[in-house]
Amino acid sequence: MLSYLLFTLTIGGIYALLALSLNLIWGGVGMVNLGLAGFFAVGAYATAIVTGAGAPVIVGLGSALLASAIVGLLVTYGTLRLRGDYLAIVTLGLAEVIRLIALNERWLTNGADGMSGIVAPLRSTVGSQAFNLGYLVFVSAVVILMWLLLRRLDHSPFGRAMKAVREDQELAGFAGKPVLRLKLQAFALSAAVAGLAGALYGHFQSYISPDHFQPLITIYIFLAVSAGGVGRPAGAVIGAYAVVAFLEGTRFVAELLPGVDPLQAAALREMLVGAALLLILHLRPQGLLPERIQPARKTRP
Amino acid sequence: MIPLLSVRRMTRSFYGVQVLTGVDLDIPEGSVTGLIGPNGAGKSTFFNVLSGLYPPDGGRVLLAGQDVTGAKPAQLVKAGMVRSFQLARGFPKLSVFQHLMLYGQAQPGERLWAAITGTKAARQREEALSEEALAVARRLRLDHVIDNPITALSGGQKKLVEIGRALMAHPKLILLDEPMAGVNPTLTEEIAAHLLALNADGITICLIEHDMALIRRLCNPVIVMAEGRKLVEGGFDEVAENRDVQEAYLGRRQ
Repeated sequence: MLSYLLFTLTIGGIYALLALSLNLIWGGVGMVNLGLAGFFAVGAYATAIVTGAGAPVIVGLGSALLASAIVGLLVTYGTLRLRGDYLAIVTLGLAEVIRLIALNERWLTNGADGMSGIVAPLRSTVGSQAFNLGYLVFVSAVVILMWLLLRRLDHSPFGRAMKAVREDQELAGFAGKPVLRLKLQAFALSAAVAGLAGALYGHFQSYISPDHFQPLITIYIFLAVSAGGVGRPAGAVIGAYAVVAFLEGTRFVAELLPGVDPLQAAALREMLVGAALLLILHLRPQGLLPERIQPARKTRP
Repeated sequence: MIPLLSVRRMTRSFYGVQVLTGVDLDIPEGSVTGLIGPNGAGKSTFFNVLSGLYPPDGGRVLLAGQDVTGAKPAQLVKAGMVRSFQLARGFPKLSVFQHLMLYGQAQPGERLWAAITGTKAARQREEALSEEALAVARRLRLDHVIDNPITALSGGQKKLVEIGRALMAHPKLILLDEPMAGVNPTLTEEIAAHLLALNADGITICLIEHDMALIRRLCNPVIVMAEGRKLVEGGFDEVAENRDVQEAYLGRRQ
């Protein structure tokens, strides 16, 4: 039970990083990135390949950040003219392209068999239970750090300019803001955070395959950010833990129902997830912790 | 008369229809220039091309001696020209204060790295801007709604925010597209007084307006546009007497 709890909390932390990434790009500059799973995959594969070649884990994490940021920049450049729904469709396609590359480029990614034996730092010396606990602490620390960093960004002049781009990109230009630069930087940073989440996932699981990066993850993260409150980093983090708790919770609920076989129970869970999203959007469309207006700093009364 | 803005032979077509057929005009430094003309004369298109929304097909634009032909909106703001919109536009979820702050230029904290590390320069600029934003809000009597989202304001207050945020950019020239349209008479007077006060502070203003009494009171020179070019310019009375202008508005006498 303890290791199950540690596992769930660690996955919660990884989802929280993904939610922070989505909140930055969607809640920040208003770009709908349905390709989150793709950036997650790029990060995971980057570190698996680099550490598999003998590099230390820290270099693996760095290369995950870098690789996904570069893919993020390429996507933003390629989709500059697209907005709203069209950007969403392209990013959704991109995630599938990345997954199919992982599936087919066997020389690089080992195809459908996936990459196993990804270094789990210190696991062999401290044992599996201590590793799980230590890794949870590490992931949680990264989440807190990333949350503080993105909250700082949110409250900064950069965050204000980002939100202006989100609300009306043309008008932001008439306010003298460098719209293109803001979009590129926000997307690259967001992609890097998703990539970091992927790398942490890879080292935690020791095994990744294209199956781990289905578009469903992206949907879960959208659920998390919507539930937590779009445009507020704290909301994204809370939403992510809530979604993981809900996903795991429904597992037990489905088991408790009499006369439901395991296959039906699994389907029932998916339905409950959908129902939860509907319910949240209906009852609290602004999320648990909605975006707030920073009050004016009144230096004089 | 030194022109702050010179436009030469500016042309622009949309889908084969030439909307601007060669605009030639100067806006004198320190003036309140009125831009009038019948509907479809190309006034708003002229503003849109001038402010960088669309590039011109041909012609040249000089702002304070600097060639800004085809410059992007953000570059024009840096060069000292800010515009407002006919239908007041804003960022729905941002407050009045955030709108004012946003228009402040040269904020180093808008760079990613400076924003993350929180440099001293960014903090000091933010403080200076916030002092200024509060002063602008007080001046326009928006201080009691300063933390309200822009969507919660009345139509007239939105017009005032348009003017206030333009001020925050320290422009040399403000282009106002119908700043009094749809505003009640009291507020019209208030806006007119604000514009004159800004002009007295040295800001050149160019405005499109349909209220002739107002144009007469505020503007000199008055430039009349018709069929995508300048028809005449001069003092209001002089322009109003002009036979071509009367024909442009009322149609040709048979």
